[in-house]
Amino acid sequence: MSRLALCAAAGLLAFAPAGNAAEPASGGVLAIVHARAETLGPQGRVEDATVVVRGGKIVSVTAHGAAPSGAQVIDAAGRVVTPGFVAASTNLTVAEIDGVRETRDDSAGGRLGADFDVAYGVNPASTLIPLARQGGITRAVVTPVAGRGYGGDAEEAAEADTAGAGDGLSPSASLFAGQAAAVRLSADDPDPVFKTHAGMVADLGADAARTTGAHASSLILLREALDDARAYLGRRAAYERGQSRTFDLSKGDLEALAPVIEGKTPLLVRVHRAADIRQVLKIAKAEGVRLIIEGAEEGWIVAPELAASGTPVLIDTEADLPVEFDSLGSRLDNAARLKAAGVLVAIEGSRDFDNLRQARFNAGTAVANGLAYGDALAALTLNPAKIWGFSDHLGSLEAGKEADLVIWSGDPLETATYPEAVFIAGVAQPQRTRGLELRDRYAKPDDGLPSAYH
Amino acid sequence: MTASILRAGALLSAVLALAACETAGADKPLSPGGQAPTPSADVKPLKPLPKGLDPAADADPFPSTYTPMPSRPTAIVNAHILTGTGREIEAGTVVMSGGKILAVGAAVAVPAGAEVVDAKGRWVTPGVIDAHSHLGVYPSPEVQAHSDGNELTDPNTANVWAEHSIWPEDPGFDRARAGGVTTLEVLPGSGNLFGGRAAIVKNIPAITVSAMKFPGAPYGLKMACGENPKRVYGSKGRAPSTAMGNVAGYRKAWIDAADYKRRWDEYHAKAARGEKAEPPKRDLTLDTLMGVLNGDIRIQNHCYRADEMATMIAISHEFGFHIAMFHHASEAYKIAPLLAKEGICIATWADWANFKMESLDGIEANAALAHRGGVCVVIHSDDPIITQHLNQEAGIAMAAGNRIGLHITRAEAIAWITANPAKAIGVLDQTGTLEPGKMADVVIWSADPFSVYAKADTVYIDGATAFDRFDPRRQPKSDFELGQPGEGAFQ
Repeated sequence: MSRLALCAAAGLLAFAPAGNAAEPASGGVLAIVHARAETLGPQGRVEDATVVVRGGKIVSVTAHGAAPSGAQVIDAAGRVVTPGFVAASTNLTVAEIDGVRETRDDSAGGRLGADFDVAYGVNPASTLIPLARQGGITRAVVTPVAGRGYGGDAEEAAEADTAGAGDGLSPSASLFAGQAAAVRLSADDPDPVFKTHAGMVADLGADAARTTGAHASSLILLREALDDARAYLGRRAAYERGQSRTFDLSKGDLEALAPVIEGKTPLLVRVHRAADIRQVLKIAKAEGVRLIIEGAEEGWIVAPELAASGTPVLIDTEADLPVEFDSLGSRLDNAARLKAAGVLVAIEGSRDFDNLRQARFNAGTAVANGLAYGDALAALTLNPAKIWGFSDHLGSLEAGKEADLVIWSGDPLETATYPEAVFIAGVAQPQRTRGLELRDRYAKPDDGLPSAYH
Repeated sequence: MTASILRAGALLSAVLALAACETAGADKPLSPGGQAPTPSADVKPLKPLPKGLDPAADADPFPSTYTPMPSRPTAIVNAHILTGTGREIEAGTVVMSGGKILAVGAAVAVPAGAEVVDAKGRWVTPGVIDAHSHLGVYPSPEVQAHSDGNELTDPNTANVWAEHSIWPEDPGFDRARAGGVTTLEVLPGSGNLFGGRAAIVKNIPAITVSAMKFPGAPYGLKMACGENPKRVYGSKGRAPSTAMGNVAGYRKAWIDAADYKRRWDEYHAKAARGEKAEPPKRDLTLDTLMGVLNGDIRIQNHCYRADEMATMIAISHEFGFHIAMFHHASEAYKIAPLLAKEGICIATWADWANFKMESLDGIEANAALAHRGGVCVVIHSDDPIITQHLNQEAGIAMAAGNRIGLHITRAEAIAWITANPAKAIGVLDQTGTLEPGKMADVVIWSADPFSVYAKADTVYIDGATAFDRFDPRRQPKSDFELGQPGEGAFQ
């Protein structure tokens, strides 16, 4: 560690764990005192809060509370403490470098579709996990994408656009991208998946139309797939005996769709324009499917329908441009309008990890455009936990929940703020990232030796 | 009119004949007309070439027709001012008149008759300058018909000009303006070693690109290091397909350019002395490169890696030109002393990295470490969304430095999105800071501009209110957005 970084540590990270290995809280009991706790639970904001953690779970959040005797005490000195942030839909842990195909496991390509499951490809050694924690993110929902390949020279031209490297993905024949999984972003966790089969993902809209032929084709294929899955479900034995009608989908696909049909697993659909949202709402209603909509740039136009159907959305609140004909109605106050209509909103950065840290700044932008501050924090924590079905044990600072929490240097939505300490299930996480190591290597004064010796 | 066209046509064939003579050699046959080439003894050397055939005759064939919008004398008072020159004035006044900045300071009198804007609790900065934009050339919506940013038909397309691809109706210009952006450098993409000429535009709604062009701004030439050119051409089975192929391509082009420049210099010297001289055949690709060698066109070089930036610097020494700025420059922090010594600016993001191998080592503290190392730092967008939030990007980059005790002030960091990009693209003498005599390109922010909550309340371009968050009459929308869902009412 360089001198600069040591100074920073002495000044700001007095309560950060020593060394790089995660350590359990002392005696299993931890008390964070003098915090401004944004609980996101019924207590709301608690000033001068004492947050007590035992056995990896939150015991209590109390104003001016005393720390239990024997607890490891951390004085937050008025700083903000929030639940760990939840990345609502990401390729974190299944994609390392977007432009390097060999590091991409977020898309099945080839034969697999609905039966593709990202959980098999989760890489706990990803260097991006520590980076995500530096954004205050402690959990991520890993969602696959349907590779669409390149549609010709125009796409190649666009992807060669200055920075871009293209997605490098092989075209997928399937409407379904596959199944999502939820991961815990703890250091040295050999098995970070804590929820498998978290949801089924389908890419619709203009992207899918490039493969299926039309917006309508994608919707029809979706409906047919769900119908097939329902028919299969009722006649599994006959299917095995070869006495059912044939299905376009494989047995694996049909099995994967079964919990969607049964309403046990949500179906995440990526759509953008209001017309498509209305269509998928109709299909979901007819099929009894629980829906999550990602994208939804024109969600504000159909906010009442979304609210009435109880359909949550995952949105990028910076998206205010008509970047495609599917999103002509994009606006900066999409989040505020959706929330006002009663829609459950989660805010995400743009999909690729490189912008994952952007989620909290996007929440700040949403606040600047009319979303209440508490609602913006909820959109990064409790709401994604609710949407993906793990808010019973995550997403807020409430007694009994897992102690994922972050002590921030300031307002967590601000540009100048960073996490000073991150705990996952009560365990203090190391602060190092590959980027910080590079920083400190080159921030060190020149001693005549190549930087590789630093 | 017809007669003059005919005359021009006649001249053109004569010169084409000469050009054929020069390039093909005397024993090669015929001009397009089928007649023998005119003997050089018959050339009338003092007769000037048609201006389209002499690169020195008309350096500005697509001139700016920009005219500032009407403005009235205005004084912004009680403002927290960052001048872009390193000054911070906690409660000051900015006076604008005739489209120019008249005065800036804590104790500046409001001229009689000036409109007074009370900015109490608000901040004022120079207009934001995005030195790396593809607005207009990759407009929204992103459709093939408008994918005009990369002429991927040859690794050297220094002959193409971004201004000929800009669609002025790109709604992205309006969004950027609402984010405080008053000037943009619109670049071709990075698929080629030499991507073409960049255009500097004032971010004003316009029907033609000429009406946006920044008066008097120099041209930039987009060059690209690294993965993109070799991927694009390698995939076509032609050079370059490797990093070393890239370098061979740059060097060949500069050799050709030097030869071209020598031939034109000789021609002009002879012509000036009244001697007989055969004009070289004009070549638009080599024209642009010659413009660089003459110091008229600024190199804007997409380049991520430290080693590749060092190689490009060596090439610039080899052929005698200066690189104005490395764009993206994810590894600038590794070679800050070299960049500072060479006087090369870097344009980078706050933290966008890791999306391809050459961006793998991008770090949040890149801008801050380079800045403290004496490098001219620019925060750029390369993106129609990020361009609306360059103030946030600068805030993130500043914070990354201050986290390790670099003590970068707001007064310094605001230059990353104002004065420094102005310097790098060659318009600092006209804009980029709040100094008397400069264009009154000014933003009133609702809050500390580095805050995530800050919004551009009012954006002045040449003293005129180009955007006002509280006045629907000053929220222009492009023709494209009329009648569409939302009608461009994006906030």
